[in-house]
Amino acid sequence: MRAGRWWWLGGFVLGAIGLGLAIGAVPLPARGLWRGLTDPGAPEAVIVRALRLPRVLLGFLVGGSLAVCGAVLQAVVRNPLADPYLLGLSAGGALGAVAAIAAGVQATWAVPLAAFLGALATLALVYRVSLIDGRRLDSHILLLAGVVVSAFAMALVGAALSLSSAARLQNAFLWMLGGLWTASWTSVAVLAMYGLPPLALLMVQARALDLMALGEDNARHLGVDPERVKRVALLATGLLTAVAVASCGLIGFVGLIVPHAVRRLFGTSHLTLLPASFLLGGGLLVLADALARRVATPLELPVGVVTALLGVPLFALLLRRSLA
Amino acid sequence: MIRARDLQVRYPGQPAPAVQGVDLQLDPGELVAVVGPNGSGKSTLLHALVGSRPLSGGSVRLCDRPIETWSPRELARTVAVVLQREETLFPLRVGETVGLGRYPHLGPLAAAGERDHAVVEAAMRQADVLDLASRRTDTLSGGEWQRVRIARALAQEPRLLLLDEPTAALDVRHEMEVLELVRRLADQGLAALLVTHHLNLAARYADRMVLLNRGQLAGVGRPATVLTPPRLQQVFEWPVAVTAWGAVPQVVPLRPGEPS
Repeated sequence: MRAGRWWWLGGFVLGAIGLGLAIGAVPLPARGLWRGLTDPGAPEAVIVRALRLPRVLLGFLVGGSLAVCGAVLQAVVRNPLADPYLLGLSAGGALGAVAAIAAGVQATWAVPLAAFLGALATLALVYRVSLIDGRRLDSHILLLAGVVVSAFAMALVGAALSLSSAARLQNAFLWMLGGLWTASWTSVAVLAMYGLPPLALLMVQARALDLMALGEDNARHLGVDPERVKRVALLATGLLTAVAVASCGLIGFVGLIVPHAVRRLFGTSHLTLLPASFLLGGGLLVLADALARRVATPLELPVGVVTALLGVPLFALLLRRSLA
Repeated sequence: MIRARDLQVRYPGQPAPAVQGVDLQLDPGELVAVVGPNGSGKSTLLHALVGSRPLSGGSVRLCDRPIETWSPRELARTVAVVLQREETLFPLRVGETVGLGRYPHLGPLAAAGERDHAVVEAAMRQADVLDLASRRTDTLSGGEWQRVRIARALAQEPRLLLLDEPTAALDVRHEMEVLELVRRLADQGLAALLVTHHLNLAARYADRMVLLNRGQLAGVGRPATVLTPPRLQQVFEWPVAVTAWGAVPQVVPLRPGEPS
């Protein structure tokens, strides 16, 4: 039965990628899509290879990373509402990006870099605030520190926005709603190289995360060093989230909902939860991005809006079913 | 197996130490019960024995090695602890839960091998939870859940088993089943420490009892030597009589005005 579910998941991912490549300002039929993929000289090749493929891959990597981060943080802080933005990395990233946009920096790499640095600074700050006696991390204090640091950064974002011109205001606003329009082969390559070590590190912790979900004292008696797991999990998810925020703004709900859906479909063991979350999160974001490009052509909805519009009803449904 | 000398644990901000001047020794094949009033330091003592509360004085040696030198992984291969509380936020299946007991024996990504499966199955059989293997842990009754956690502890293949009130909230049958299991394990060579409020059952199952009062030893030894009316009245601040069930002392708390 479980094997059958993996086939469904694989089918969903392939279908989402297919739709992501076919849908857009110029809809491509299956044959055109195939030509574009296989024949570099075909007229469709530029659209498929240079525009859509990097965008689909970036979406897949970002969606997958966010879902894995959500799953890991939910286990580490033992809170089903935890998501990748729990520690205020979204607010920190937004502050960096908005500051760069408000300052009118023109270079294309400037906004992502500023967002990345803002998110990393937040991670460092939250980590430092929650450290007890310089060595112990407390999950409750972590949650609170994330909330206050986040509130502080968002206040600064508000200040920067209110002092910006209308054009810059719109840019900043669109960035915050999240989107994959900046995708390029460079951003895909950077994300793939950068994201792999933290993902591998989290996968190695999978069994320890099962134990962490039982409570830290119980985990310790089964052979886990809870402080080490928390440190590794926070740093790895923090680095992943920072780069996800930097490359496509704030994309909500993927990191919150996907782990819950996967637990219902595949069970709660992290050895399956983490890889399945990566696949489902990646597929879902690719699908949401395809819809975002399709529903209002030639305009494009921010993908963060679509994930929320799709995610909220799905989450409500899941919640009702788990209560029933 | 484990030996504690002049143990002292002091929580920050507390005027008196939670545990003070406690000596304790536990050997293979022995079941020792720790009893005492609420807040007398029973759980703190258990935590201090396995190094999960820092000592402010004294020493603990496990297999003749200071407890501080054991890594969590090494420790979990020798000592299993069943605590009072456990969270079931993301419930696993019973089989998976018991399988977690193999964690300290496995590499980070290594799949469980044939021997691991055999150990897990034997542990589930011993704790009588084999039939529950595919159930989710949040659907179990209190007694089943407690036995599943003991099975997980057994899957660690420990030489020392510590249990903190494992039968609290269990009915008579389930309580007796858990205690019978622990006694059987001790008879097979395990060293077992049981923290409990049930003086009478402790007296029937334990080889020795440790009576704690305000963090200090108020009595150590065979149940008949520890459970005496004057001592119990002083520690529990309530009048009691002690009768006998066979050779085992049984404590009867008295109502006010009742003659002993």
